[in-house]
Order: sequence, then C-alpha cells, then structure tokens
Amino acid sequence: MKKTYKIEVDCAVCAGKMEDQANKIEGVKSASVSFLTQKLKVEFDDGADENEVMKKVVKACKKIEPDSEIYL
Amino acid sequence: MKKKEKNILMRIIISGMLCIIAFLIPAPGLIKSVLFLTAYIVIGYDILRKAFLGIINGQVFDENFLMSIATLGAVLLGDYAESCAVMLFFQVGELFESRALDKSRKSIAALMDIAPETANIETGEGKLEEVDPEDVEVGSIIVVRPGERIPVDGIIESGNSVINTSALTGESLPVEAGQGDEVISGCINMTGLLRIRTTKLYEDSTVAKILELVESAADRKSGSEQFISRFAKYYTPAVCIGAALLAVIPPLFRIIVLSDVPLWAEWITRGLTFLVISCPCALVISIPLSFFGGIGAASSAGILIKGSNYLEGLSKASGIVFDKTGTLTKGEFEILEIHPQGISKDGLLELAVYAEVNSNHPISRCIRKAWGKEIEKELISDVKEIAGKGTEVKVGERIIAAGNSKLMEICGIDISGTDKTKISGTVVHVSENGIYRGCIVLGDTVKDDAKDTVYELSALGIKKITVFTGDSKEAALPVGKRLGIEDVRYGLLPQNKVEMMESMMKSKPDDEKLIFVGDGINDAPVLMRSDIGIAMGALGSDAAIEAADIVLMDDSLKKIPLAMKISTGTMKIVYENIIFALAVKGLCLLLGAVGLVGMWAAIFADVGVMIIAVLNAMRCLKVPGDKK
Repeated sequence: MKKTYKIEVDCAVCAGKMEDQANKIEGVKSASVSFLTQKLKVEFDDGADENEVMKKVVKACKKIEPDSEIYL
Repeated sequence: MKKKEKNILMRIIISGMLCIIAFLIPAPGLIKSVLFLTAYIVIGYDILRKAFLGIINGQVFDENFLMSIATLGAVLLGDYAESCAVMLFFQVGELFESRALDKSRKSIAALMDIAPETANIETGEGKLEEVDPEDVEVGSIIVVRPGERIPVDGIIESGNSVINTSALTGESLPVEAGQGDEVISGCINMTGLLRIRTTKLYEDSTVAKILELVESAADRKSGSEQFISRFAKYYTPAVCIGAALLAVIPPLFRIIVLSDVPLWAEWITRGLTFLVISCPCALVISIPLSFFGGIGAASSAGILIKGSNYLEGLSKASGIVFDKTGTLTKGEFEILEIHPQGISKDGLLELAVYAEVNSNHPISRCIRKAWGKEIEKELISDVKEIAGKGTEVKVGERIIAAGNSKLMEICGIDISGTDKTKISGTVVHVSENGIYRGCIVLGDTVKDDAKDTVYELSALGIKKITVFTGDSKEAALPVGKRLGIEDVRYGLLPQNKVEMMESMMKSKPDDEKLIFVGDGINDAPVLMRSDIGIAMGALGSDAAIEAADIVLMDDSLKKIPLAMKISTGTMKIVYENIIFALAVKGLCLLLGAVGLVGMWAAIFADVGVMIIAVLNAMRCLKVPGDKK
C-alpha cells in the first residue's frame, strides 16, 4: 500500500530529518520526502492501519519542524 | 506570494522602520534600547519560538537555534542594534530563499504541465458530461474539442484533426490523426473535434505514467547528492565541535598560558558566527534542484530521465552501443544499387518484381515499392518459394528466379560475372530462363539523422561506438560503413547481445559508463544490463518505458547528444555550486575564526550563498540550443 501526501516544509535539512523520522515509525515500510515537489510518499507495512500510522508520522514531523504541514 | 511570506514581509518592514527610527532619533539610550528590542521581537519572535520548541523536542543545532543563540548573545552583551540587524538580515534572506525556491518549483512544474484537467464523456444522445480524467472508464467515448488536451489514451472513433505532441515528444511538427488512429493522452488536439474511445484508465495512460516517472526521478539519488548527504552528516557535527572549541580553548589558553583576560564574550561570538556559517543548506537544496531542473529540461525536449543518477551518468559515458534495426536504421529496406547484365535497369527490376510478387518478405516489399507500377499478375503461374533462398516463378513462357547466390547455385546459373568485392549489402540475383540478368543490392535504410548523431557523439567525448545486430554480416557491415562505425557485431541472438554487453561492461573502467540504445521491443534485457539503457520511440510502449533508464519519446537520434549536453550542463552547474558554496563557507569560517568577519558575513555565507546557488541551479532548466 503506497500513498502520496502533500506537505509543506520550508527547509531542506528539515525535510531530510522528517524522512528519517518517518522511516522509524512502526507500520511504515519506507517513506521518502521530496523537498522539491513538497510531497511525502509512504509505503505502509501490510495490514498497518494507515490513519494510525500517519498520525504518528505527523506527530514526529511536527517535532522536527513545528511549522511543517502534512495534508492527510 | 504566500500568506506566510506576506506576513514576514510586513514584519520586515515594521521592524526595519523601528530600527531606522531608533538609529536616527536623538533619544536617551534607554528609549533606543526599547525601540531596538521591540524591533527585535517583531522580527524574531517566531525564530525564538521555534528554537525553544526545538530544544524541548531535542532538535538542537538547527538554524533557528543558531540564530536565537547568536542574537540573544548580542542582546546579553548589550548590543541591541546588532542583534536586531542580524535577525532582520536573516529574515530577508529567508524570504528571498523562499521566493527563489517557489519560483524554481513553478518553472519546473510549468515544463511538465501536461496533465489534463478534465475529460468530457459522451453520455448518449450527444450530451457531454465533464468529469475528472481519473473517473473515465475504459471503453468510454470522450469528446476532445480543438485546443483541448487529450485526457486519456484511446482510439479515434470519429473525426479528423491535427495533433500537437510537442509536450510529450519535444517534436514541434504536429501529426495528423483520423478515425482508427491511436491517440495518446497529454497531446493537444489542434483543429478538429475528436470522439475517442478510451483504451486505458487515466492512471495507466501515457500522461500519468510520464508524470509519475519524472516526479519520482528525484528519488534515485545521484552520486553527487549522496556525497552531499554523507558530507553533511560529518560536516555539521564537525563544525559544531569546532565552534565549541573556538569558544572555549582560546580564552582558557589566554588565562592559563598568557595569564591574560580571557575575553569570553569575543570568543563565544566567534564560535556562534562559526555555527551560522556552517549551515549546509545551500548544498542540500541546490544540488537536487539542479538535477530536478535538468530532468525537467530534458522532459520538455521529449527525453524522460528516470533518475538523477542516470542524468549524472550520461556525463561520464565513454561508450555507446546501438541496436541496429529500428534504432540506427528504419528497419525498412531500400535499393542501393542495381547491376543489370544484358538488360536495362528497369527491365531487371521488373523481372525481380514478377518473381517477388506474392512474397511478404521485407525485401520483396521494398522491390515492389521501388517499381511502383502494376504488373500483369495473371501471367504468373507456378510460384515456388524456396525458404531462405528465394523464389522461382513462371511468367507466360519465361521462368524467372530471384534470390541469393545459393538459389542461383541450385538453378545452375553462373554468377561469377558480378564483381563481389564492390557489392555490400543484401544481394538479390535475378535470372531469366537460366540466363543471369544481374543483381539488385539492398540495404537497411539508415535514419536521416544517424550520421550526424554519430559525429556529434564522438565530438561529445564518446570514445567507442558499437553496433549490435541480429542481421547477417552482409546486411550489417554496410550500415556501419555508411555511418563511420567500425565496431559492428552481427549475427547476434538476444542472449548473445546480453553476453556481449556484459563482457564490454567488465572490460571498461568502473567510473566510465556504457550506454545502450535500443527500440525497446526485443532488447529489454540489454537495456536493463547496461549502465544506462536508452529506449527510443517509446511513446505508448509500456515495456520500453519499464525497462529503460532514459526514454526518448520519439525516434529522433538527435535526442541522444542533446541529453548528453543537458547532462554535462547540469553537472557543470552542480560542481560550480559545490565549489562555490564550500569555498565561500570555508573562507568565512577561517575569517570568522580569526575574528575578521562577524555575524553579517556569517549570514551571507548561509543565506546569501544559498540564494546564489539556487539561482545558479535554475540555469539547468534551459535546454541547450533552445533559443526561447
């Protein structure tokens, strides 16, 4: 299961950190943040609850950059 | 301008005015201080807030943290004007940065503006319903009016029009299309109303595939990008440690060794300056942006590059292998020479046409096409096809045989009269009633731009050009000769091509790349095996798009040197940015450490360098040779 989310993040280094954090979340098979296209691509583990996982991803990303947005 | 940016701009203006007032009015120091502090808070409150949140969340050493520490440090030292100005300068820089990036994104997006917005479905009785292209089911009838983009791949049910494919192929010449023709999404219908029966869903259509491909191209990181992220990993902590040492060691040295005053404030400021300079943003942003720009430029020219790594690889290519048929040649035969004996050229050709009249072999088709006139078919009887050799027919009372030398041998005809040394290509010998009448030499039609391309590639630094083909020696060598390619490897089965590619890959140095160019129809394994596989004329061919690393949307060979030029152009800009950013930062770090430059230069080294690097990266969007 793969999904793409629109995001808003102002700094490239933060985008890289967000990617690292998102990859550490349980239920995320792989995540990639593209600073240029302002997109977050997430591949979920089989059977993972998307909404739950994304909540955690958003929380982790907010910690890195309080002004970042992920549009679910 | 985004809301966020407007907000910042307002704060810059207000804070800037407060600063100017505070600077100009002849007021007592306390009032000045209050004014400067107000200005400082107006411009910097969000940075301070983020820095605070960052510390709580364990994210120290980001930009906000550094700016806060640096300016608060100045405040504590009583230098209100400096802290205010530094924060102001930083915010102006950030605003510029945000605008520059936004603009770059838009320019790249504009290059790839091929996505259709809506589709008009016919719902019976000629009524139209406007829907999202993603909601169009396979087999629906959609109507595309002149000027509109074709939303989904399909076949024209009725209507005639001229279609502009330039957004996909970069080819400016429009093509005509009528009933029964396949049309591809993303192209613009120019003149007539078209009713199209869709054959694919939007997500499987060409336009969606291309967009997906270009957007995910940035995910495949190039060597330079990997270098920068590895570099940033060591660089940031190294600079932090350096800054800490700079703030602590010299004062301690002064106390212990020189027994002097420590000058803590001075050295801590230098340490902070050090930290601000260090931000690797200019590199972290501008390099992917350069690649993205290069990929965008290439796609606007009809060249789809599937990853930054391939764009980078093209600039390191030292060898290129072409598949012959369909790549260098059109895959159609043409008559190169006619050598009649005791008969006119036309007479010889006519005899050959009689012999080949029913055959479906490409050679026969070519001979018939060259003749171009009707023959008296009713005269023909007793057609004998001898597989792999030729044909023999009876025309009235005459027996005509046409085929290769083996056929002539069987028929007992002496062909020693032809001078074999002069002939290169596929030869059809013709005899009439047992008498040799001469031969026709055919060759594969070389594409018009093939010779120029070979020449251009050599000029671009390709050392070795090779041709792979399954054809016979006779058919293969003349093509090589005509194009000036010496290394022609003929008679190869698909698996031989893979083996040969593997041995060529092994024998070259690791840092040089080997390109394979094919039409993607039966050479997918070689496309995948090579360093960089280029599929030609792949518009609408899913298999080729899948297997190749670079896809040329039409079959123009000129796109290959063009792609290489885009690649070298992009790499030049990437290196410029790496060297420029590191040089400026290195210099500022050095001058900052010895106290020659202060926070101002530090912010320039951070934000200024980054803006210059982004602007430079935008030059990647230009397609070489494009005058627009």
